[in-house]
Amino acid sequence: MRAAGVLAGLVLALLLQTTIAGMTMAGGALVNLVLVVVVFVALAYGAVAGLIAGMAGGLVQDALAGGIIGIGSLSKSVAGFLVGVLGAQFIVSQPLPRFVMFLGATAVHELCYQGLFALIEFRPFSLQYSTLAVQALINGVVGILAFQVVEGAPGLVERRRMRRASIRRRF
Amino acid sequence: MLDIRQRTGYLFLAVLVGHVILISAQVQSRSGVRVLEAVTFGFFSRVQAVTSGGINGVRGAWGNYFALLDVREENERLRQQMAELEVRLHEQRALAARTSQLQELLDLQAATTLPTIAAQIIAGNPNPGVRTVTIDRGSSDGLQENMAVIAPGGVVGRVIGPLASRAARVQFLVHGSAAAGALIERTRVGGMIVGVNREPPLMLELISNLADVQVGDLVVASGVDGIYPTGFAIGTVVSARRGDGLYQDITVRPAVSFSALEEVLVVLVPARGVTPLGDPEGGR
Repeated sequence: MRAAGVLAGLVLALLLQTTIAGMTMAGGALVNLVLVVVVFVALAYGAVAGLIAGMAGGLVQDALAGGIIGIGSLSKSVAGFLVGVLGAQFIVSQPLPRFVMFLGATAVHELCYQGLFALIEFRPFSLQYSTLAVQALINGVVGILAFQVVEGAPGLVERRRMRRASIRRRF
Repeated sequence: MLDIRQRTGYLFLAVLVGHVILISAQVQSRSGVRVLEAVTFGFFSRVQAVTSGGINGVRGAWGNYFALLDVREENERLRQQMAELEVRLHEQRALAARTSQLQELLDLQAATTLPTIAAQIIAGNPNPGVRTVTIDRGSSDGLQENMAVIAPGGVVGRVIGPLASRAARVQFLVHGSAAAGALIERTRVGGMIVGVNREPPLMLELISNLADVQVGDLVVASGVDGIYPTGFAIGTVVSARRGDGLYQDITVRPAVSFSALEEVLVVLVPARGVTPLGDPEGGR
């Protein structure tokens, strides 16, 4: 059940990412939804789940993107694993620590990604810091919203059900 | 029995080693066909096409709901006509710029009637910032790897493999690994245009420090790469300054607005057996 949910999340993220990038090239560069799902999984289910989600999501993303398969996957695996490990060491149940995790994971992912490309293609290492900062912020906001939705929705349904039951008892 | 923490570490190590092997294998043999890539791309392009079709259907129905059907259709038709006329204009300008000697040597008629097929962009690249897109035409429409892709503004890029039957990937000229033969239209000085990851996203390389280059000069495709049709606009020179070595540092603003592209034309002329400049599939 959990694996199916993670898989559905990754597929949805890929579809949304390609759709956004298809509509506007600049918009596609400002958010990495697959990474958001990987970090979400790592925070929710731990380092191994983050590692596997990063590997699976990254491999499909790389295969669709063209070029060398494995670079994005390795970057996401590292980011997912690190977030999972840190999430087990610290209390990350509040929005602010989670937001910091999303920021950090985006930075680690981009450093790893650009570093590997520079290494493989014999290019000087270059990082667009403004784009990275914007992407990290947007990833963080999207991730926090995702947590609010996933954690808040079941409670909302339950609260509504209880309220209806109490009204029925009163009349 | 291993401790759970140790097992996690081993798993992480195994994943790292696996990736290193995977990447190494590809770096050594880039020309090999990758089954994973071909299968995933072929399958996912269909999903992307369906998603894009669904979204376009909803958007189209919503937009036409407010009695704009006729105006919208007419507008679309006029835009298509304008796009075709602009393409013809580029062809005519390219012809005018050629010398009479070259006109005798080349088959003029063949050069002026470029067979093209219109394609719609159905998806962008899943990796943020990578300048490739997926179009809704593939091998069953006659597309082949390294065919040029153009728009009314000028050169867009080229088709890169692997192709699905009804989808193909297009590498924009502004991609960090893209390159093409180019020349300055005013002086006919030739060089190589390359994509760079900054603004403006194109650089004209291999132009001698002695050559006459001015801001505003039009840069067009030279055709030496065997992919892009000669004379099609690439962009205009934004800055040109003397380089440290033999060549100038020239930045070029593209003629095509890549962010606003929705439809493109694929030139159905196979590449002339020339190794494309730049990385064939380089991407993020």
